[in-house]
Amino acid sequence: MLVGFAVLAMGLAAAGYDPVLALGALWRGAFGSWYALSSATLVRAVPLIILGLGVALGFRAGVFNIGAEGQFYAGAIAATWVGLQVTGWPAFAAVGAVWIAATVAGTLWIAVPVLLKVRFGVLEVISTLLLNFVAEALVSFAVTGPLMEAKRIYPQSDPIAAAARLPALSGSRLHLGILVALVLAILLWWLFTRTAWGFRLRAVGLGPRAAEISGRISSRRVVAVALLCSGALAGLGGGVEISGVTYALFQNLSPGYGFTAIAVALLARNHPLGVVCTGLLFGALEAGAQGMQREAGVPAVAVQVTEAVIILVIVLAEVLVRRTGTIRASQPGAEER
Amino acid sequence: MRAVRGADFSLAAGEVHALVGENGAGKSTLMHIAGGMVPPDAGTIHVDGREVRLNSPRDARALGIGMVHQHFTSIEGLTVGENLALAAGRLDGWTTGQIETRLAEGIDLRSPVHSLSVAQRQRLEILKALATGARILLLDEPTALLTPAEVEELHGLIREFAGAGGAVALITHKLREVLGTSDRVTVLRRGIVTLRGATAEQTEQSLAQAMIGVEGVASSEEGIAKSEERRGGAQVEIGKIELRAGELVGVAAVEGNGHRELLRAIAGLEEFPGVRVTGTVALVPEDRTAEGLIGELSLAENLVLGLGTDPRWARGTRLDWSAARQRATELIETFAIVAPGPDARAGTLSGGNQQKLLLARALERQPAVLVMENPTRGLDVRTTEEMHRRLRAAASAGVMVIVHSTDLDEVLALADRVLVVHRRQVAEAPRNSDRRQVGEMMLGVEPGQRSTVNGQR
Repeated sequence: MLVGFAVLAMGLAAAGYDPVLALGALWRGAFGSWYALSSATLVRAVPLIILGLGVALGFRAGVFNIGAEGQFYAGAIAATWVGLQVTGWPAFAAVGAVWIAATVAGTLWIAVPVLLKVRFGVLEVISTLLLNFVAEALVSFAVTGPLMEAKRIYPQSDPIAAAARLPALSGSRLHLGILVALVLAILLWWLFTRTAWGFRLRAVGLGPRAAEISGRISSRRVVAVALLCSGALAGLGGGVEISGVTYALFQNLSPGYGFTAIAVALLARNHPLGVVCTGLLFGALEAGAQGMQREAGVPAVAVQVTEAVIILVIVLAEVLVRRTGTIRASQPGAEER
Repeated sequence: MRAVRGADFSLAAGEVHALVGENGAGKSTLMHIAGGMVPPDAGTIHVDGREVRLNSPRDARALGIGMVHQHFTSIEGLTVGENLALAAGRLDGWTTGQIETRLAEGIDLRSPVHSLSVAQRQRLEILKALATGARILLLDEPTALLTPAEVEELHGLIREFAGAGGAVALITHKLREVLGTSDRVTVLRRGIVTLRGATAEQTEQSLAQAMIGVEGVASSEEGIAKSEERRGGAQVEIGKIELRAGELVGVAAVEGNGHRELLRAIAGLEEFPGVRVTGTVALVPEDRTAEGLIGELSLAENLVLGLGTDPRWARGTRLDWSAARQRATELIETFAIVAPGPDARAGTLSGGNQQKLLLARALERQPAVLVMENPTRGLDVRTTEEMHRRLRAAASAGVMVIVHSTDLDEVLALADRVLVVHRRQVAEAPRNSDRRQVGEMMLGVEPGQRSTVNGQR
């Protein structure tokens, strides 16, 4: 992490900005005040954690869901549509309906790649990625057409019914969604470590052939279910964002949550509780980036440099560890046991 | 841990020098040093009388040292010619001597590697070493996967190579191979040379004693197990052949004739005409690390992999890991598996211990039928012996044990009954068939005919 910030500082200095001011602004933007912490960092962390959990689930089974972004949007579209219908419903039912719709939408969105993979062996990396674009287009279509606001001025939907909106902590934007994220993380942790299903995920992810032959596990089935659940989580993330933060659908709803979630999952090595931590980290970075832009005039995208460097350094460290581990193993004696 | 301590090894031109020892004795390490793969901590390497430093396999190859590993290293999707070009580092042709021509017999340079038989791939590995101009060959268990006839062929080629002035270091654990093929032999035990001399002066007993240090190692030709009890109910039918509980059945076949499909059909994984099974079947697959165990998982986790529904740890949807770990610990104890504990990663175990783990897990299922694919592949003498004992014990306890091995002697020594698979036809060898008769059945020679394979009999 230090390296990441060092590189950022050097880059900023080279570009003519005051690095101390910029980095200070970064910190303040993320943690400097209660507002920063709750309304900026944590709020951004929620979708990152939820989507990160979905991606991590896929990784654990050995599959790569790059389509979290698209599934997020699918969930958001469904959430918005349902959210507009549930005026007058009791809060529990309204929110529940919105979330269920979002989850189902996300699942359906990844169901197509799953089918393609199972029937035709299409790589999920490609199919999920391509559907991202379709989802974005669908959002554009929705907000300029069927879901467009009544006033028909801006390409956005009307705000969803009050019943469907999540309660927020007074004085901040932090909403119930943070609890959802934490509960999901704990649930997934329990699933991974304590259940037979979670073990099967891991077995298939690490050794699909051995799982088939020695474990009589249907790798295809496990992978398909894992992908569907991954899509479900991503869709739910979209629903939570709609019902907790934006209350309405518009283009570019997601500043790349689906892709950042991949980094979140990878850095956490697919551990659900780790995803919470890395989700918070990236949430902090992005919140800080906004602060940096406001205070120091540094374009927010500069923080992506930091994010990239952090990822590279950690991956490099892991590669080095693995390589020294392998070298040690091939030293005379280590394998002859 | 030091693999090799003060071991000297010398190889002269024109000789075949066998290097023998148990797994862990250090013979692989010694050869890896000679091949430039591992730098020695102390000591020197001399080639042609000059001291050299080998920093990488490339240095070794430049000096004419070619190493042929146990695991094939050809790229399956490319053709034979392309693999040879890769090995030789050149894209144009190379001079083929007489040895190469003999080795390449029957192999089309344009065919993709995955279409070659195991024996052909083995020869390709040697061709690759020769393509780099090797005059010294280091062969690691080259006959592990070959049929008796192919083994004979390879031995002939090795002797020709030596006869033409090349030098061959042959790592093997097959004592018969040592006695039949090599001129000199060096035995390693725990990293130290315990015997060095002319092969002509050795016997199986003397070699085994030098390897293990214990008198009277029983070779695999012990008495055939007689099963007293028959556990009722379990039965395997293959066409008209009926196998019963408590029998130790050997399966002999040349690679590619369908024996694997037969065994897997018995295990319920594939289809094979005429196979009917009653009773639970446990399979120990040949490929320990790709089909049997998941290297990244711990021993306890691998146990649960094979016994996912065992009520001792499967409680509804939940898994009781402490129960699994406990049982794994007990199995480690019972089967004398060398491992730090139930949480050790299965990939860190040696081949022999992995095999023991697989057997333990299979037996844990209390199966009626136990199917073993080549269980002693790559194992040293002591572990092989132990495997045999356990298989016989299982048969005595009423389990029907079906074993395939590429080592025909092993099959004959172990089995009460021998099935031969040829071109997907299964036949039973008559009682008291000898090695030659079974070998002929494997090649599809009708009983009574003279075998004219390679003009040898």
